[in-house]
Amino acid sequence: MIEIKNIYKSFDQKEVLKNISMVFNQGETNLIIGRSGSGKTVLLKSIVGLHEVDSGHIFYDNRDFTLMKAKFRKKLRQEMGMVFQGGALFDSMTVEENVRFPLDMFSTLSFAEKQKQVDFCLERVNISDSNKLSPSEISGGMKKRVAIARAIVMNPKYLFCDEPNSGLDPETSMVIDELVHSITVDLKITTIINTHDMNSVMEIGDNILFISEGEMCWEGNRKEILQTENQQLQEFVFANKQYQKIRDDKIKE
Amino acid sequence: MHIFNQTGRYFALLLRVFSRPEKYSLYIKQTFSEIDNLGVKSVGIVAIISVFMGGIMTLQVAYNMTNPLLPTTLIGLGNRDSLILEFSSTIMGLIMAGKIGSNITSEIGSMKVTEQIDSLEIMGVNSASYLILPKIIAVVLMFPFLYILSVFFGLIGGMIVGPAVGAVSVTDYLNGIQSSFTPYYVTFSLIKCLVFGFLIASISAFFGYTVEGGAFDVGSASTRAVVNTNILILVWDLILTQLLF
Ligand SMILES: Nc1ncnc2c1ncn2[C@@H]1O[C@H](COP(=O)(O)OP(=O)(O)O)[C@@H](O)[C@H]1O
Ligand SMILES: [Mg+2]
Repeated sequence: MIEIKNIYKSFDQKEVLKNISMVFNQGETNLIIGRSGSGKTVLLKSIVGLHEVDSGHIFYDNRDFTLMKAKFRKKLRQEMGMVFQGGALFDSMTVEENVRFPLDMFSTLSFAEKQKQVDFCLERVNISDSNKLSPSEISGGMKKRVAIARAIVMNPKYLFCDEPNSGLDPETSMVIDELVHSITVDLKITTIINTHDMNSVMEIGDNILFISEGEMCWEGNRKEILQTENQQLQEFVFANKQYQKIRDDKIKE
Repeated sequence: MHIFNQTGRYFALLLRVFSRPEKYSLYIKQTFSEIDNLGVKSVGIVAIISVFMGGIMTLQVAYNMTNPLLPTTLIGLGNRDSLILEFSSTIMGLIMAGKIGSNITSEIGSMKVTEQIDSLEIMGVNSASYLILPKIIAVVLMFPFLYILSVFFGLIGGMIVGPAVGAVSVTDYLNGIQSSFTPYYVTFSLIKCLVFGFLIASISAFFGYTVEGGAFDVGSASTRAVVNTNILILVWDLILTQLLF
């Protein structure tokens, strides 16, 4: 479980996050949704400490991350996995080396044991015959899957994904969503996903935070979202007419 | 104000670079790959440039020695001392800042803008140290070797060009490069090489590590890295010459 309390963050004079609080549950896919530029990436990077917050607190299972010394943060980081928007694979390494990297750096396992764990994670994301390719030789969807494999190789307790399906076709997006969701449930980890994709919201939105211009506007789950009275959220959700229709059909029933 | 701010950030970064590695074996492996990538792969360009410059300087010395009473052995000596004192250390430093420096800035800079550096951080790796320390060690170690190589090829360049244009006989040239040799000149230049190597690797890494934005910004950071490194190399050349002579 991750809890954030009254998070503020600004760059120079520009306030990007204003008083955001939320509880992200374990074993669920928690979503942060909002338009482009609403502050999702900044919020996610603040939660993991890639940005320092101006004020507020972040708790990882009741451990206050904001007050932690660098040394302890580094330790806690080994319980985190993160999938960045572009995948952020190391392009000097092969697919397999990318996934093995955290193990090489931090584990004392033998080479064979590491290889076993790498193969297990790559199989988990359905990659089997591209282990020796470099990131520039694989497709966008595969990059995301390798990034997921790398993020879970250390058996993290917390998983973060920044727009995991941006730039992917709808079918591949669905595969990635399902993958992240099943990993979350199977491994009972706390997952936070940034997205502006309503399809993802309806597929895997267990617990949703909607932010608009850096302010929290709404929280709930995918069942509640279509019934929302919130003006800004309605604009976001029903920008796609399809969801208006789904709601109206439901009401008729 | 900006320059003080940048200098402060540069030293703050160096502080992170020189902290304890998470795993020595990975850092050592990385250092060897940088020695290959930054050092060994520069041997070719150093050799080519040095042969030409050695040849050109030999001609310049020869053509400017208008007094027929001066012995032609001075031609070899002139070429040797120019190579040892300034060309193979300082001019090579400027050239290497362009080659190695822009390579380092663009590599680290593109890792920054594609969030690969964030990826390292989130794993709990000290990205500054992991990415930059092996490069600094590699360049500082390799630079003295490149220097010696450059002197060697510069002397060969002179030996080819001098006799070819009839300015000096091979025997006189060889006698020239062996006469009144001051070993301290080499020591002095080797010290400069260590300093220049450190400047090249650390300054270009700094400009790469602090890039914000996208591919365009990586390009302009490379340019700024090379310009700043070049200026600092010359400033330090001045300082060290004053201090060590
Ligand atoms: N490093 C930064 N410096 C200054 N402003 C930033 C920085 N990162 C993000 N911003 C600003 O914060 C706002 C939110 O950005 P972001 O979190 O990337 O939005 P998104 O919801 O699309 O992920 C944007 O207006 C952006 O310009
Ligand atoms: Mg974003």
